[in-house]
Amino acid sequence: MSGLSKQGRSASLAAEAPAPTTGEVVEIVEQMIGSIRGDLSPGALQLYGELEELARFIRNTREELATIGADELRDHDIASATDELAAVVGATEDATGKILDSCDVIAEIAAEMPAEQSARATDAVTTIYEACNFQDITGQRITKVVRTLQHIEIKVGQLLGAFGASGAVVAPKADKPKAAASKPAASAATDADLLNGPQLPGNANSQADIDAILASFD
Amino acid sequence: MSVDMNMEILIVDDYRTMLRIIRNLLKQIGFDNVDEATDGSMALKKMREKSYGLVISDWNMEPMTGLQLLKEVRADAKLKSTPFIMVTAESKTENVIAAKQAGVNNYIVKPFNAATLKMKLVAVIGNF
Repeated sequence: MSGLSKQGRSASLAAEAPAPTTGEVVEIVEQMIGSIRGDLSPGALQLYGELEELARFIRNTREELATIGADELRDHDIASATDELAAVVGATEDATGKILDSCDVIAEIAAEMPAEQSARATDAVTTIYEACNFQDITGQRITKVVRTLQHIEIKVGQLLGAFGASGAVVAPKADKPKAAASKPAASAATDADLLNGPQLPGNANSQADIDAILASFD
Repeated sequence: MSVDMNMEILIVDDYRTMLRIIRNLLKQIGFDNVDEATDGSMALKKMREKSYGLVISDWNMEPMTGLQLLKEVRADAKLKSTPFIMVTAESKTENVIAAKQAGVNNYIVKPFNAATLKMKLVAVIGNF
């Protein structure tokens, strides 16, 4: 066996090959296999084995892509998941807007109440406002998931294109998520590297941690 | 020096909900004079038209991020002394360091509450 792994082959094929070439590759490989019968040196014999293995690998991969319905995954499942997540963001935004509208009304009424009740109602309204932070945080988390889905969608498209299963690579359908994609070139790399939030609770610095980092500059 | 409770505060966030939350929490702690922008470039434009006593900005916005806004503000002779608080879900240490190096006055991680907001305002503009 040569040092070339199947993963290595598929990766290089996926990266380099335009959509229709793998069928041609199989054809060329089979023609070569047909043409090198006769006196085979050890080197030629190894090449023969490698080419046969390559042709088998391409055929198997195409069959597997057809079996798992990769085109369906790209065209329907991922697009649908992206739409569902966009609907979640939209629904929470609408609901949060209504909650905050109601808070404003309660705050107005609280202003007309006796002092003690007014203070209690105002505190409760403030707590609701604080809790509505969730809409921003969940929105950003869902945007990160959407971005991952779009990445998978592109990769599946490239795989389908490279192995000729069903047409060309497609661009993602969903809107561009909140990201640093269109930053000026000079600072893009640095700035993009810093856009990773929100972190999951176990991996996040707390406000106290951040205060300590800031204090370390003093 | 006492804090001017009527000073104009510019809040910057691309989430409408968050602008409402910050505006309301500022009102709860006594600041009613609040203006809004939905990204760094809009904020910068407003800052060049009007004087603000404080900027409270999100980080992750398009087309101009909060960090870029902060750098623009610190590089502008007229704006560079404006107090600037970052309010963001970016909690990584390198983010805090980058913001500090760019000249941020304080850094609040989301989600946050009114008490934290007040504490950071006091740290930046003085007791009120």
